[in-house]
Amino acid sequence: MASYSTNEFKSGLKVMLDGDPCSITENEFVKPGKGQAFNRVKLRNLKTGRILEKTFRSGESLESADVIETTLQYLYTDGEFWHFMDPQTFEQIAADEAAVGETIKWLKEEDSYTVTLFNGAPLIVVAANFVELEVTETDPGLKGDTAQGGSKPATLATGAIVRVPLFINTGDILKIDTRTGEYVSRA
Amino acid sequence: MNEHSETWQPTASLESLRQRAHLLRLIRAFFHARNVLEVDTPLLCGSTATDPYLASLAVLNGDNNGNTKSYLQTSPEFCMKRLLAAGSGCIYQLGKVFRQDEVGRNHNPEFTMLEWYRVGFSLPQLMDETTELVLSLHQAISPQPAPTISHFCYLELFTTHLGLNPHQCKTADLQVCVANHINTYTNSQSPDLERDDCLNLLMSHVIEPKLPRGLVYITEFPIDQAALAVRTTNSNGDSVAARTELYWDGLELANGYQELTNAVELRARFTADINRRVQLGLPELPMPEHLLQAMASGLPECSGIALGVDRLLMRLLAKTHIEETISFPSIHA
Repeated sequence: MASYSTNEFKSGLKVMLDGDPCSITENEFVKPGKGQAFNRVKLRNLKTGRILEKTFRSGESLESADVIETTLQYLYTDGEFWHFMDPQTFEQIAADEAAVGETIKWLKEEDSYTVTLFNGAPLIVVAANFVELEVTETDPGLKGDTAQGGSKPATLATGAIVRVPLFINTGDILKIDTRTGEYVSRA
Repeated sequence: MNEHSETWQPTASLESLRQRAHLLRLIRAFFHARNVLEVDTPLLCGSTATDPYLASLAVLNGDNNGNTKSYLQTSPEFCMKRLLAAGSGCIYQLGKVFRQDEVGRNHNPEFTMLEWYRVGFSLPQLMDETTELVLSLHQAISPQPAPTISHFCYLELFTTHLGLNPHQCKTADLQVCVANHINTYTNSQSPDLERDDCLNLLMSHVIEPKLPRGLVYITEFPIDQAALAVRTTNSNGDSVAARTELYWDGLELANGYQELTNAVELRARFTADINRRVQLGLPELPMPEHLLQAMASGLPECSGIALGVDRLLMRLLAKTHIEETISFPSIHA
């Protein structure tokens, strides 16, 4: 496995730290005029999503992490695994609950998702920033109430519940921001 | 690192380069008005700084077999001190210096240094002159209000922020302090942090972020960090180095000494550095005999300071990356 020395550190580099794959998000070279050089590094643990800060002595190195990002199509779930397919090779890959995580709320069959693979296995599944989903259940809409505030819960086809304006009806297709889980508009 | 669409293009704006030219003119005028002589010593020399943590670029030079090494200077200090010993009086130099592998937001391996020596000045007198220089340049170039000025000694910074006497505490106490404050990477092969590593880590990670803005002088360094400064005693009775570091809004800008003038002591320090380099597996360097001979013949009592001109321009123009002050950074040069 290749390794990277501190002078090769840069943001985006995928490295192994304490057994977990991490992505470097910031790298600052620190060198007191007369002292030893250090690198102050911020890394995102790709398993947990947590950001941590580490200081490396210049010259130290980390092993590279075999991490790639792919775009895969969601097929179905058997209740234990969520199955995705590479649209080019038709190869199927099963992600477990930990990898799917919160994205489970936005999984719609045949839509594409960014799947990060670590040693070939799904590590994280991320939805596009915006998804379009059908409302399967909400209180009847109030005609004409398009300007005033006020909201109500709506259940979407994936089971996610979002706050929507009062004029939304069952059967409407909504645009949702997956980063905040908030309603954006009618699609 | 800034993203540039074309790597042939300069990273500093043309306006910044005009300000840079203005800055160099003002610096020369400042020293001309004070009768400090401009000198222009060689950058390629047979010896170089022996500090274990300064890497000089070595150049094969001098005979057809390329067996003779010369070194691009990390500062013009050695040749300038030879001029001082030859009776030059007060001198300054404004030119390029080189430090291998130093690349980052505040570092470029080739950079511009202003270094000057004042015969008969104490270190506090030289610090006052440095302040006058920086404030006059600020007034001429920056539209911002003048920076405030503060002074701290190394001891008070460590006692205030960490509750430790950096001159007397045990190395083990410093290691514990580092472990409590800083998340350092270690693996099975990592050597223990040494005393100076701990002090530098605590200074850069814990103390520097708490320094006030403006110009901040830190004085009375631990004796192990004396470099070529004389050793003296502080009011607490600790042995310290007569050395100062100047920061501007947290950026290390200049490093000054009450200069060591004793050739015997200088040889002992060089020998310690050279032995330390062997221990660390670093390139072996020649003993700087010319400087030793100059000092043996008599270096006048003086103080000297070296100031990073690119970083000075960063602060004057409110830039956040050194690339914004230089035409072409080394990676695109």
